[in-house]
Amino acid sequence: MTQETLLIGLAGVLAAAAPIVFAVLGETLSERAGVINLSMNGTILLSAMGGFAVAYNTDSLVLGFLAGMLIGALVALIVAFASITLNQSQVAVGFVLALTCRDLSYFLGSPYMNVPGPRLASMPIPILSDIPILGTLLFRQDAITYISFLAIILCWVWIYRTRPGLMLQGIGEKPAAAFIRGANVNLMRYVYTVIGGALIGLAGPAFSLGVRAGWMGTISGLDGFGWIALSITIFGGWNPARAAFGAYLFGLLQWLGLVLQPVLTQVPSQVLQVAPFPLMILTLLLVNIGNAEWVERTLAAMPERTRKFFAKLLRAMRASPPASLGVPFERD
Amino acid sequence: MHVELKNINKHFGKVHANKNINLTIPSGSIQGILGENGAGKSTLMKVLSGFIQADPGSEILLDGKPVKMNSPADAIQYGIGMLHQDPLDFPPMKVLDNFLLGIPGSFFPNRKEATQDFILLTQEYGFLLDPENYVDALTVGERQQLEIMRLIFLGVRLFILDEPTTGISASQKEKLFSTLKKFPEQAMTVIFVSHKLEDVESLCDRVAVLRAGELVGEVNPPYQTKKFVEMMFGKEVTLGDKQPTKIGDTVLAMNNVALEDARLKIKDINFEIHAGEVVGLAGMEGSGQDLFMRACAGLVRPVGGKIQLKGQDLSGKSYHTYKHAGVSFLPAARLEEALVPGLTLTDHFILAEQPKGIFIDKPAGEKLAEERIKSFNIRGTPLSNVESLSGGNQQRAELALLQDPLDLILLEHPTRGLDIESVIYIWNKLKERCKQNTSIIFISSDLEEILQYSDRVLVFFNGKISNPLDANKTNVKELGQLIGGKGWADEEGSHA
Repeated sequence: MTQETLLIGLAGVLAAAAPIVFAVLGETLSERAGVINLSMNGTILLSAMGGFAVAYNTDSLVLGFLAGMLIGALVALIVAFASITLNQSQVAVGFVLALTCRDLSYFLGSPYMNVPGPRLASMPIPILSDIPILGTLLFRQDAITYISFLAIILCWVWIYRTRPGLMLQGIGEKPAAAFIRGANVNLMRYVYTVIGGALIGLAGPAFSLGVRAGWMGTISGLDGFGWIALSITIFGGWNPARAAFGAYLFGLLQWLGLVLQPVLTQVPSQVLQVAPFPLMILTLLLVNIGNAEWVERTLAAMPERTRKFFAKLLRAMRASPPASLGVPFERD
Repeated sequence: MHVELKNINKHFGKVHANKNINLTIPSGSIQGILGENGAGKSTLMKVLSGFIQADPGSEILLDGKPVKMNSPADAIQYGIGMLHQDPLDFPPMKVLDNFLLGIPGSFFPNRKEATQDFILLTQEYGFLLDPENYVDALTVGERQQLEIMRLIFLGVRLFILDEPTTGISASQKEKLFSTLKKFPEQAMTVIFVSHKLEDVESLCDRVAVLRAGELVGEVNPPYQTKKFVEMMFGKEVTLGDKQPTKIGDTVLAMNNVALEDARLKIKDINFEIHAGEVVGLAGMEGSGQDLFMRACAGLVRPVGGKIQLKGQDLSGKSYHTYKHAGVSFLPAARLEEALVPGLTLTDHFILAEQPKGIFIDKPAGEKLAEERIKSFNIRGTPLSNVESLSGGNQQRAELALLQDPLDLILLEHPTRGLDIESVIYIWNKLKERCKQNTSIIFISSDLEEILQYSDRVLVFFNGKISNPLDANKTNVKELGQLIGGKGWADEEGSHA
């Protein structure tokens, strides 16, 4: 494989992972506020179909993407209303929505099956795209992939570097403590769930108008991405940068499966197709290893300086769920 | 800040939690609020800190002006800040983030500046807090200090402290009190809510006593403990005299036991406890006493040595073997480790009695629960969920759940957060057990409790264990020094 084809392949990984990036970012925001949006798998399918249909009928890609976001936001609003206002189980509501939205997309999408429609073209950025290596990798992508890069940075900065983001962390962690610090906990939960939902809704058209253009109903192959994105959010430790890393890792493993297939002929192709999933779990387990008791024990036996270094490293890698994830907040 | 509470009433449904309370707190004073659990202290403080609103007709005046507060954030605007009993902070976040959270300012907070502000403030008050440390690595006392720093930075001039001395070490308490005593100089007012008489007596300029939602009266120094107890309970309560214990056979014996966890190593423990004996474990939190106790319960496997229960070798055996052999362990975290939230008292008794067969005999369980509720004086019904009970009643329920007979009861902070009446009740029940030859090992951060109820005391310091001290021959001062690491012979191993 030449360097150029490798780079193009990796650039393809970044583009192919863009929808998952949006989904994990959206879910991260929502869960950071304490609301699990379990409808994600259905939302992605419905917004993929809806986004495609709108783009097809209006011939506007922008409207297609906006429609996807709107669908995501509306589904999230149902989750928020049911859990925050009606105090119902987020898991039950989200799960039912996941199934409903999926089937709804198949049902409503039948007129658009296999219709050729608009899709995003790549949009090399002048000057930047000429940078060796990085240019090919990052700056010869389509618009939605650029936006996915920006979204990662924006979400990370928002959560860790801004005052409202700090409060967001607090709301998911201990709403009562956020409340005494002046937060309107339930309103903020609505806001973040809906914004998160809109981001998840962006994942659909990112598929149907981008990396997997078109709508093909049950054989679109989109069913399941939402569940994967859900687990990447968890293993990503509710940190946008880590979650995005997880999304890219998953994309990379899938791509490797494709690339290695002709080389490793003795391995059944099914193994290579499925391999990304267990490999993903293994890698992410390694990232979260600092949580384990035996690691702490091993560390305790090390010399002081090594111990401190590893302890610091592991503490930085450690992730715990927002303590109030899924727990309704009531003032007293 | 001058505070006036006028005709404060608060109903929760039918419960009249605060009845016509009138209280004036002059600027620059330390006001104590005393009362047993459920006397209405917390309700009153929640009203004053904006957490809940009092019934119409109630009035709060700050520096003479009536105010209306709809939320704690409102209260902060008026300069009222509250230190909650369970710190309302964010454990997985850094100290600096906790400090910044809720402090108004620019969209992108300047972390460098905030770090400087924070360090200056901690230096001024003599606290040692690393802004880059994580809050879950701090002790309760340090988390309190962090909250105090934050509230001061927010410009709070009325500090409400709700049971602040629960769960902090003696030296942290001293530090807290000396800090609070400086507040009046800056015209800051302090309200100190507690059920601990000695804390209130040593700190407060004036004490108001609440009982059953009513303000019973106010007391000025010099204080008389007896008077307080009478006001709190409406009757006299006495601790009872210490009775000499008849020492029986050896129940639990440790020979050259070595223990370790991620943080601590304890070597060469030699210790025996006899039937009917009570041994108190003193020390700062995390000095090894919890490890020691969990080893006695079979929850921690010793890395060396031998543990025997009544002559039977139990080293390396599981918790269940210990339990069957007659050891019971009551951990400090009642709702997390001891009781099952969501289950009723009846369910607990049914579970604890380990019935045969697969079907539950509900009426029998309810009958049993009723009996135990009566004999242990638990305020609740067989159908009350355990989490709805107050701390004291949860503790009583735990005692009521213990099997009979038992050889060894292990208790972690058995009376933490309980009022004196519950404390006395619980210890009476425990002493009854001792008369039936049960031995007790307990951990407490309350040295008075340790001296009052133990026969012998072990002090823990950084994984070292003192020789057993005769509780009748030692005193708070000696224990305090040992806890703080003074008076330990260098060559002394840990033979207890």
